[in-house]
Amino acid sequence: MTTARGQGRAALAYLSPALLVLVALLGYPVYQLVVISFFDYGQEQVSGGAPLEFLGLGNYSTLLGSAKFWSVLGQTVGFAAVCVSGTLVVGAVLAVLSTRIRPWARTCLFLAALGAWATPAVAGSTIWLFLFDANFGLVNSLLGLDGFSWTYGKWTAFGLVAAEVIWCSFPFVMITLYAGIRAIPTEVLEAAALDGASGWRTARSVMLPLLRPLLIVVTIQSIIWDFKVFTQVYVMTGGGGIAGRNLVLNVYAYQEAFAASEYGLGAAIGVVTTLILLAITVFYLRALRRSGEVL
Amino acid sequence: MKASRSLAEAVAVVAAGVVAFPLFWMVLTAVKPRGEVISTEPRPWTTRPTLDSFVRALTVQDFGRYFLNSVVVAVAVVALSMLVAFLAAAALTRLRFRGRTTMLVMLLVVQMVPVEALTVPLFFLMRSVGQSVPAFGLNHLGSLVLVHLAFSLPFAIWMLRGFVAAVPVELEEAATLDGAGRFRFLWGVLFPLVAPGLVATSVLSFIHAWNDFLFAKTFIISAADNQTLPLALQVFVKPDDNDWGAIMAGSTLMTIPVLVFFVLVQRRLVSGLAGSVKG
Repeated sequence: MTTARGQGRAALAYLSPALLVLVALLGYPVYQLVVISFFDYGQEQVSGGAPLEFLGLGNYSTLLGSAKFWSVLGQTVGFAAVCVSGTLVVGAVLAVLSTRIRPWARTCLFLAALGAWATPAVAGSTIWLFLFDANFGLVNSLLGLDGFSWTYGKWTAFGLVAAEVIWCSFPFVMITLYAGIRAIPTEVLEAAALDGASGWRTARSVMLPLLRPLLIVVTIQSIIWDFKVFTQVYVMTGGGGIAGRNLVLNVYAYQEAFAASEYGLGAAIGVVTTLILLAITVFYLRALRRSGEVL
Repeated sequence: MKASRSLAEAVAVVAAGVVAFPLFWMVLTAVKPRGEVISTEPRPWTTRPTLDSFVRALTVQDFGRYFLNSVVVAVAVVALSMLVAFLAAAALTRLRFRGRTTMLVMLLVVQMVPVEALTVPLFFLMRSVGQSVPAFGLNHLGSLVLVHLAFSLPFAIWMLRGFVAAVPVELEEAATLDGAGRFRFLWGVLFPLVAPGLVATSVLSFIHAWNDFLFAKTFIISAADNQTLPLALQVFVKPDDNDWGAIMAGSTLMTIPVLVFFVLVQRRLVSGLAGSVKG
């Protein structure tokens, strides 16, 4: 057909728009993120009123030495842990349930789940805020808690945000696991039944090992998503709660950079978040390879 | 056996009701008259449905303008990313060249970058872009188009690669024998064949751009006219004295396009796949 050289030239032509966009708007910003995190970069430096000062790892030592950073990190981990376990439990239970019901009931459940999945994060957050509104919310009226503010207390606020996050992220787990269960050959399950295995025994010794790779994928995917929740926390707690007691890493980075104009420090928090997620991703890929998945 | 299935179905229906309830409450609140919304005894029905809240959202809160802004950004992102991703996917599946494997690995790695961490460098990048091309700088919709184009590309290329690979190589040989050049083949043969894949991919790009809150909040600082829906909606929610009717009407307007696309893409995908098998 055409020469190898001609193919190479054509490939370059086809790929150049994509390469240009990715290098300029993803590659370069990643490099810049690291660079900025090494400088004292505040409002004065941005406006040119003061010279840039190279701090080396100064921003990082400030961060690691501040009690607030550690408490935000702990909150982020705890919040993600609650969201991930809630998402997995609700998703897995409903996935198993979906395999035992007739199509009409399954369609009902899947349509509702698709609706929750499709709702934009900001819209979902405002709906939940209204449902739990202190004065006009349905929940308070049903529970007889007139005037009780769910977003005021630290733990009720975190709980409310976690509930909204679980609501919009369990459908992914449910639909993926449902497809996984359906993909198990019926012969395998029949063989187990012939061997006298009970329903519980079949689930534990036959289905669970077969679903393991899929379970690992949805778990790690959920960890990655829930670790970087921004919109729900920002909208529902009004930017991180009273005195910042509902901050998670991404909201903390945003507040440091754009509210306090500490861009260097904000960038350093961004680097820390990226490194943590990178570690989770590496773990993810290794788990995938171990379970025999081909990329 | 039958009793346990009925029980499972009852549980499923209750679960579906609970999951769908927030959406039902959103639409119900949007069509309730104002007095019933601001009530300490909310009822799960209304006898006097009205579009007043939608009118207030569109006129008082100027939601129509923000809706249009969101549409402009999402449509521009979809059009550009499909064009760029289609070319890249065609090169990565159809052409042999050095560095091809490296490119594929890079595409996977890039998808792992948490874009939320890039607000600071992207803010400064858009600030400098704006100094030479204002339309793509801070406070302009162009800045949002640029970043969402970049965010959606890696996944779009990856997904389209599969659709391009599914088109038989024999078709390309036949087209070449018929005298079609590479350009003719690309746009006249390959492009229509991967159209179902383009639809599925573009819906995901659309939803990403449509839902974005973080970058809209970071880039559109002082230009109220250039806000997008998520940003506008968040501004309406005040610590107290909320016009919940209008807020829920706005949420409804924001959610409906995404819901429609979700349903649409399912059907298109199925029919597209069925069509390619039959043909």
